[in-house]
Parts: sequence; C-alpha cells; structure tokens
Amino acid sequence: MESAAVVTIVAVALIVAALVVYLVGVILQLRKITAGLDEVIGHVGEIVEKSAPVNGVVTAINEQLDAGVDLLEGLLVKKAGMVDAIGLVEGLYAGSAAAGFRSFPESTTVKAPRIGEVYTQGTLTLARLGREAPIAVGNPAGPALRDVERGSLAARLLYPEARQSRPESLARSPVIGTDAPVQYLPSEQRGGTTPDEAEVREKGPWSEVAAEGIVPAEAGGSDAPREMLAEDPQLESAVLGETTASEEPATESGIDPSGGDEADAIADGGPELPQGAEPDLKDAAAAPRQVDVDSADSKDGSDT
Amino acid sequence: MTLWWIGNIALFAVFLVVVYLLHGVLRAARSIVPSVETIATTAAAGSKDLDAAALLLTTQDQVTQTVSGVANYGGSLDVILDDAK
Repeated sequence: MESAAVVTIVAVALIVAALVVYLVGVILQLRKITAGLDEVIGHVGEIVEKSAPVNGVVTAINEQLDAGVDLLEGLLVKKAGMVDAIGLVEGLYAGSAAAGFRSFPESTTVKAPRIGEVYTQGTLTLARLGREAPIAVGNPAGPALRDVERGSLAARLLYPEARQSRPESLARSPVIGTDAPVQYLPSEQRGGTTPDEAEVREKGPWSEVAAEGIVPAEAGGSDAPREMLAEDPQLESAVLGETTASEEPATESGIDPSGGDEADAIADGGPELPQGAEPDLKDAAAAPRQVDVDSADSKDGSDT
Repeated sequence: MTLWWIGNIALFAVFLVVVYLLHGVLRAARSIVPSVETIATTAAAGSKDLDAAALLLTTQDQVTQTVSGVANYGGSLDVILDDAK
C-alpha cells in the first residue's frame, strides 16, 4: 500500500475519533442541562402555584386599606377642616403637607398652618368630652413635647400620668339608662314616675336619664350615709319625700284641672284686701296694678 | 500521486477545523450547566420564600377587621365630635 493511502486512512480515522469524543462530551453536557431545566421547571411551577392567589389577596387588602385611608382622611377633614387638617398632619410628619390628602386633590394647594404641640381646638374638644387634655403641659420656650421621628408614644406624655400606667384604676365614664349596670334607688327621684320601657320608647332615649334618679347616693343624695349629708339634720329623706310611682291623685277628690281653665289672674290673684280700709304699705305689691285693672275692664267692654 | 498528498494535507486541515469547532461546542455546553444549576437553586429558594404567601389570607382577614374597627371608631367620633365650621 502506498504511503499516501495510509496517511489518508489515518486522517479519516482521526477525524471520526475527534467527532465521537467531542459529540459524546456535548451529549453528556446536554443531558445535565436537561436535568437541571427539569428541576427549574418544577420550582417555577411551585412559584406560579403559590403566587397565583397573591394578586387577588393583595388587591383586596389594598382596597380595604384605601377605604380606611379615605375614611380617616374624610373624618379628619370633616372635623378639623381642610386647613387645620393639613396643619395637623404637617405638624406630625414634616413635609407631608406637600403630598396632601389622597382623597382631596385640592389639599396639595393648601398652605399648612403652623400648629404647635397643643392643638387648641382638640384640647377644648377633649375637655368638653370630659377627658384629660394636655392644657399648659408644654412651654413654647422649652423642648419639643413630641419627637416627630419617634412615633406616637411621645404623645402620651402630653396626658396625665395616670392615664398611661394606671388606666385600670381610673373611673369609667358613667353608663346611664335602664340597661346601666348601676341602678340607683327610686327614692332619688324628685318628681314624676319612673319611666318604664314604653314611656322611654314614646318620649325618646333622653327620658332614660330620669330612671336612674337625680342625685345618686355616691354623690351625696338623700340615700347617702349621714356623714356625707349636710349638717342640717332636718334634710332627711322623710323631709324630702318620695314619689308615689303612680299617677293616681293623692286625695279622694283629686285635682280638678278645669279650675285652671276659668282662672283669672286679675280677679283671683293676691290676698283678700279689706273693703274701704286704708291699704297698708305691705299690701301694695299684692294689689293688682292699675294698668292691669284698666286692661281687664277694656277687655270686658270689648267682649260685650 | 501528488494530488493525493495535496488531498491528505487538506484533510488534515479539515481535521483541525473540526476539532476546533467541536471543542467550542463542548466548552459552551459545559458553561451552561453551572448556570442551569444556579437557576434551579434560585427557583427553589424563591419557591420556599413564597410559602408565606398563604399567610396573606390571614393578613387580609386582619386588615378587614382592623378597617372595620376603624370605621366603627370613626363613626362614633363623627357622632360625638362637632364638624368643622
């Protein structure tokens, strides 16, 4: 065989061998890639499955929060007014006035007033509601009462200490009405009958106040202990009396309401003065005034 | 005879080119494998992070209750406080 033919055969064999080696190597790597991609697809499927409800849930949460923000912004603007509301928010979070309220686009154009540590209108509102108000707690020349960068806990310092650490010992606001946990004695009532549910329903909720009495014993009413009452020993419950809890008249004949229809203030008023006698100075105020007598006479003449 | 040798030289050149190209393909295939493994690890971590997505339902319930409480509180304030003049 000629040498040229041998070289050709060797070259072809080398080419085939190179093809086999490299193609097998590529095949092995492609198998690894396929296995890795299968694993990736499995994890991506989990991600898709787990994140599927997220969009709807987050949308619902955002809708709820939007409603809450709209409610609070609306309430603040309604109660404090747009200008004060912007000033209050700016006082708490400096720079927030520029962003304005989301539900009130016009709020971005409002110039925020400078509201100090104590908001006078809010203080008066708290005082009117019977709550402790931070009146005169701060001094404009002193340090800031509230750190705007440290949340709302600093605002607690504006209020009396008892409100912060001993709230359980504070007296609760009184609950009034027929369903109140504390029912006062009927003897505290000074007139009329104790309204029942029908009367309360007819007259309105305000009449429930009468059901619990006027002066509770705890406040020094007639049922209070003797040492809580005034020094005058005659002011006891027997003197003050009690209601009958009934609309029946206290006497046999009762009261004739028609008598009031025929009353004449000119003729029936005052004591009986002696006829022809010189009136005493002490009776001057009891006698009818001359203008009233003349008015009554002219009225009688016009009626006839 | 001379032509045969020329053919052998050309065949050797083809062999070199084939080896070069196959080596490039194999190198590219090997470089893909670590990338795929990294993607698989990242996807597994992402899937694990999303395990907390189920808690969004609890968050949604809490937000609903909170907003309801705020609405009740705001409604009470609306009643007891005067409007701005």
